[in-house]
Amino acid sequence: MKTRPGQSTKGVSSPSKSYASNQEIRWCPGCGDYSILKQVQSVLADENIPKEEIVFISGIGCSSRFPYYLDTFGMHSIHGRAPAIASGLRAIRKDLNIWVVTGDGDGLSIGGNHLIHLLRRNFNMNVLLFNNEIYGLTKGQYSPTSPLGTVNKTAVWGTIDLPFNPLKLALGADATFIARGLDIDPLLLRQVLKRANQHNGTSLVEIYQNCNVFNDGAFSVLTDKATKKDNTIVLEHQKPLFFGVNNDMGIILDGFSPRIVKLSEVSENDLWIHDEEDSLKATILTRFFDNPENDGFPRPLGVLYAVNRPTYEDQLRGQKKMAIEQLGQGNPYELFKGKNYWEVK
Amino acid sequence: MSINTSELRENIVIKFAGDSGDGMQLTGSQFTETAAKYGNDLATFPDFPAEIRAPQGTLYGVSGFQLHFGSTRVHTPGDEYDVLVAMNAAALKTNIKNLKPGGTLIINIDGFDDKFLRLAKYDKLDNPIEDEKLLSNYTIHKIAITQLTRKALEDSGLGIKEIDRSKNMFALGYVYWLFNRKTDFTENYLEEKFSKKPKIFEANIKVLRTGYNYGITVEAASSTTEVQAAALDKGIYRNIRGNEALAYGIIALAYKTGLDVLYAGYPITPATDILHELAKHKNYITTFQAEDEIAAVTAAIGASFGGGLGVTASSGPGIALKTEAIGLAVALEMPLVIINVQRAGPSTGMPTKTEQSDLLQAYYGRNGETPLPVLACNSPADSFDIIYEAGKIAIEHMTPVMVLSDGYLGNGSSPWSIQDPDLLPEIDIPFANQDHIKDGKFMPYLRDERLSRPWAVPGKKGFEHRIGGLSKENETGDVSYDPENNQLMVELREQKVENIAEFIPEIKIKAGVEKGDILVLGWGSTYGALMSAVTDCHDQGLKIGFAHLRYLRPFPGNLEKVLSQYQNILIPELNNGQLIKIIREKFNVDAIGMNKVQGLPFTKNEIINKIQDILKSE
Ligand code: SF4
Repeated sequence: MKTRPGQSTKGVSSPSKSYASNQEIRWCPGCGDYSILKQVQSVLADENIPKEEIVFISGIGCSSRFPYYLDTFGMHSIHGRAPAIASGLRAIRKDLNIWVVTGDGDGLSIGGNHLIHLLRRNFNMNVLLFNNEIYGLTKGQYSPTSPLGTVNKTAVWGTIDLPFNPLKLALGADATFIARGLDIDPLLLRQVLKRANQHNGTSLVEIYQNCNVFNDGAFSVLTDKATKKDNTIVLEHQKPLFFGVNNDMGIILDGFSPRIVKLSEVSENDLWIHDEEDSLKATILTRFFDNPENDGFPRPLGVLYAVNRPTYEDQLRGQKKMAIEQLGQGNPYELFKGKNYWEVK
Repeated sequence: MSINTSELRENIVIKFAGDSGDGMQLTGSQFTETAAKYGNDLATFPDFPAEIRAPQGTLYGVSGFQLHFGSTRVHTPGDEYDVLVAMNAAALKTNIKNLKPGGTLIINIDGFDDKFLRLAKYDKLDNPIEDEKLLSNYTIHKIAITQLTRKALEDSGLGIKEIDRSKNMFALGYVYWLFNRKTDFTENYLEEKFSKKPKIFEANIKVLRTGYNYGITVEAASSTTEVQAAALDKGIYRNIRGNEALAYGIIALAYKTGLDVLYAGYPITPATDILHELAKHKNYITTFQAEDEIAAVTAAIGASFGGGLGVTASSGPGIALKTEAIGLAVALEMPLVIINVQRAGPSTGMPTKTEQSDLLQAYYGRNGETPLPVLACNSPADSFDIIYEAGKIAIEHMTPVMVLSDGYLGNGSSPWSIQDPDLLPEIDIPFANQDHIKDGKFMPYLRDERLSRPWAVPGKKGFEHRIGGLSKENETGDVSYDPENNQLMVELREQKVENIAEFIPEIKIKAGVEKGDILVLGWGSTYGALMSAVTDCHDQGLKIGFAHLRYLRPFPGNLEKVLSQYQNILIPELNNGQLIKIIREKFNVDAIGMNKVQGLPFTKNEIINKIQDILKSE
């Protein structure tokens, strides 16, 4: 069987440490980025991807320091442009295992255009969107994912910009893989990253990441032991949607409207069954929390949507192959000459 | 009855002018291709309105195609026309001033009814084709082209709109007759173009021949005109447009280096034709139409990082958008070719008109100290050589390179002595090897004698490394905020670009004397006009020389010496004085500027007048 880039070739995995570079890590102590780095290293090791085949490309921001800390090929580029750089790389290199690391400012504000075009083209790569709902590196301005009314240095009177819902945006751009993880839930994050890496196409993983310096606790309701179970729901393909501190709450789909129910009131068979390939259901899932009418809905985590669609690079190769078959690849002299040439003797 | 007298002429300037919907570009380019077939040297100047389909009959909707062809060397499309074909009143009004006294004026009288006169802002009592005084200056051929076309096609079954669309073929056929040229080439072209529309094909052929035969039967001219083949150097030639030559040069780079070339672009006038051409040739290269200018240049950078060659092109406004990324490529020290097909600015400016006003942008238009080599082509055919040389420098010296063309070169055409790619200079690719490993670690910024760094491509085991826009330590490439190191890196990058002067040809005097009263120094698309003007002045006995820069950064090593051989340095540019600033700053010479920013090329006479003024004031 042919292996895809990023798929293990051997049964044995490498130690995750061997993916760490010799660079001193410069994130603030306590930053959520540390855990994400660790999980990524561990997934690379589990999947046993040769270091030299891996490329990490980032833009600008705290998250974009990421490539420096991995002993792979990497480029720390300019603000917002990592998806476009990675697209150019993928266009000529089908063999590599490519990761884009971006944040809510880098990926959704200055680089928003590149991100949506990457998703619609479906180049095979993994995009890790570290969402901390704030600009960290520039010290605390509101970002395109900051909730309405956020008060900070550039929103003294509170933000009036409706935030982006990144996964909804991604679906709007016809993404083929969207998932959500949390920095401090290593097990779930590793599962999600593994799935993203195995997906052939652009995989967008939104990772809620705590910026403990400028936006501490932004996701605490989703991560604190006391509130977590009531406020998140971990999706599993073909499994019913239930959640709650006692696992006693469920979600049913009433037409196109989701409703929260007590498990005691309905039979498990009536619950919404998660189907990763159902784009309509995925759309409803992405909207669980951004619609005020849906207040009280748990935040979906895990893989929301995953379908197969031909990748850009495969189609490009198909065209190149056709062109080579029809036109050849030899000395282009005849092409240069064209039909209308003359000779001076 | 046929005419058998034929007047022999060395060269002819002809202008086809009509509505943008009249097919003047096709007419002009067909006449050009036929002239090429007859072995003439030539230069073309297509001039079209910004609007895709400007309202019919208006002055701003006039589309023109100018061709200068000859049996001697032709350097420019010509200042004035020997022949003007005016398909309507507006075309006449906008062009008559450039028709030489005694020149031939071919008029479609059907384009001079009340409506056309009104649209061209002529008083209907002042119909120019009845103005004896005006017409007495020229040899006039008044023809009812529209009516004759309709008559020829009355049984074709085509609608009136389609019929009228082929009237340009009448004009073309007639002009073929006037210059004793066969219609074969165009007939073959039409056959191929309309292979799926036999009715249209037949109509066009019929009208083309009708125009030709009309010349024979009405014996409209006392004689036809003959222009013999030019004595070009030996070789196989074709006529080529500048943008096409750039595209072919990029294909040659892919073929010679074996690298995967990624051409990433975003549509913009007048650079888009390069992408149109390259999109056909996916057998040689990969093309990528990006979502914006920034994505185009960054995708190209991504390809270069992956061991391919990234190429991107745009025009001034698009280059402005790409500048941050070009700065990244300078910092990464990565091969990248950026083409700017310049157009008249500022801002959106006049997209279909030419200018040379992005030289300072190419030189300085980035944040920080970001030097990069700048090259400029001087003719449509030279575009092939320039882009190849740019690619060679980009790869061998690990640097982004900027190539300056412009709308006049990109759309214009000239004969090209076709080069066999197998015979082009070899390109050394500085791939990383074991010599670049120190203490078991790959050193991405370990420099060679040129000061360029090794290229380590993902997939190469043991060469994993990270690079980026942050300041980097020399040799290791690790992020470094060390003050001395930053200064060192800035100086090294500058020196690396300066060192390229050792690898490029010296500048030569192209015409006139090597020491004298005045040196005309040019760059880019003004070559033809300057060359012709200086040649004329030198023939008249002036002590004048002409040199033209293809390498603008770094300059050829002998430039300072060449400048020192003349009393005066004249620098004509289609901008408000850009090269002159750099020359003054670098060599401390008090050069004289000559500037034009009208969206039009220089005429030969403008240059000659300026030269005479300078010498008079001495
Ligand atoms: S500013 Fe915030 S996001 Fe950035 S490193 Fe510090 S804690 Fe992490």
